[in-house]
This record gives sequence, C-alpha cells and structure tokens, in this order.
Amino acid sequence: MEKLVFYVLSIITLVSAFCVVFLRRPMHNVLFMIMTMLGVAGFFILLRAEFVAMVQIIVYAGAVMVLFLFVIMLLRLDQVQLPQDPRALRWWTGSLLGVILITLLLPVMRAFVLPMPSGMAPAVKLDAMSNTELIARELFTTYLLPFEITSVLLLAAMIGTVILARKRSRGTVGD
Amino acid sequence: MITVQHYLVLSAALFCLGVIGVMFRRNLIVILMSLELMLNAVNLTFVALSRYLDSAEGQIFVLFIMVVAAAEVAVGLAIAVAVFRQRGTVDVNDINLMKW
Repeated sequence: MEKLVFYVLSIITLVSAFCVVFLRRPMHNVLFMIMTMLGVAGFFILLRAEFVAMVQIIVYAGAVMVLFLFVIMLLRLDQVQLPQDPRALRWWTGSLLGVILITLLLPVMRAFVLPMPSGMAPAVKLDAMSNTELIARELFTTYLLPFEITSVLLLAAMIGTVILARKRSRGTVGD
Repeated sequence: MITVQHYLVLSAALFCLGVIGVMFRRNLIVILMSLELMLNAVNLTFVALSRYLDSAEGQIFVLFIMVVAAAEVAVGLAIAVAVFRQRGTVDVNDINLMKW
C-alpha cells in the first residue's frame, strides 16, 4: 500500500515538475508548481512528518506561489513570449547536461547506504512524540539561536523587498 | 518496501529538472520557480534522511530552508519587478547591461 501511494505520488510530482520546466505560459508553470509542492507535501506525510507537510502547504504552496502569481499578474507576463527555438544550441546543451547530471546522480543515490547508528545519535527519537511537539521541542531549545537569526533575516528581506519594489515617482530625495 | 534510496532517486530527479529549468528558460520568473523546485528536492532529501536515520535535525533544517527560500523568493521577485520597470521585459537575454 505504501509502495502504491509512493509510486502514484512520484508520478504526479515528476510530471508536474516536468510541466513546470517545459511549459510556455508562466501561469501554467505556477499552477503546476503548486501541484508539485502538494506532491512533495504528500511525500512528507508519507514520511510521517506532518508538521513539515503542513508548513510546506501553508508557506510554500500558499504564500510563495501566490506571491509568484501576484507578480505575474502585476507585470502582465502571461502572454506567450517569443517561442523558444527547439533547435537552438542552448536547448540541446541544456538537455544533455540534465541527462548527464541525472546519469551521474542515479547510481550514487541508489548505492547509498544508511550509516550505522553511532554514539552521536540525538537523544530524542522521532516517534517519541508527535511531529509538531518534537519539532517545537528541538526548535526552541537546541536550535534557538538559528531561529532568532532567521527572524532577523526575514526583517532584512522585508526591508529589502519594500525598497526594491518601490515606485520612483518622487522627485526629491527626502525622508 | 520503500527504502531511502527511492526517496533519494526521486529528489535527484526533481533536482535535475530544476537545474534544467534554471539553465535554459529565458523568463526570469520561471527561473526563480525552478530554483524553488531545486530547494523542494533538497527538502525532500532532508526529510527522507531524517526519517530513515531517526533524527529530528533534518526536519528542523527543512524549516530553516523554507524560511530562507521564502525570503529569497520575495527579494528575487522584487528585483524582477524593478528590472521589469526599467527594461520592460523579464527575458534574461535582454537584461545584459553588465555584459562585456
């Protein structure tokens, strides 16, 4: 049963990712990207990491992709652009490089061997408590400093985004 | 029985699709989206390994990756909007002011 769900989800995710990369209209790319992210969230649930799956759906599919949609609609980018020439050298080298990359990665991934549990295993086992409680416990005790640093990072990103996307309609350099 | 190698192969495939998208799409927005696809593949790797190694650290790191990716997408799209206002296009072949 788990195998069936895994293979169905992986077909959905891979086909959606293929459509993200190879379709022409940006709106279609965004919609298939949402589909891919929902597929990856399904994998997270299959791996019994429900909190990460919910954060993926809320933050990635719900906020980041909607931001993409806003920008596409704001800049009216949805018209079909100049058609990519399929015989251009760039396409062939790009596809060849992709094929080479996956050919190199595939045997490495298949030959991966899980390391034996060493003495440095963390104290908290994954199934000791619910996923949310486990992540909350680790995030607010062991990983508190990165958590605070990411809040500063978000502040910097927010300020940078507002400044970059501002309209330059004022003539004076006040404020 | 789904082993960790299944998940690793799947995320390698997703990663390679993202690399192809970054390398030979011309639309800046689609390039940013392929970048997100690569980050999603890495997230999948982290969570799969965290499950099979029975450690919570992978999932914590996934949360941080999501935060950084969201911030990066916001700034990247702000740059795309600013470039569009200057040049009228998001085709990366036309944004070549610094090309020698």
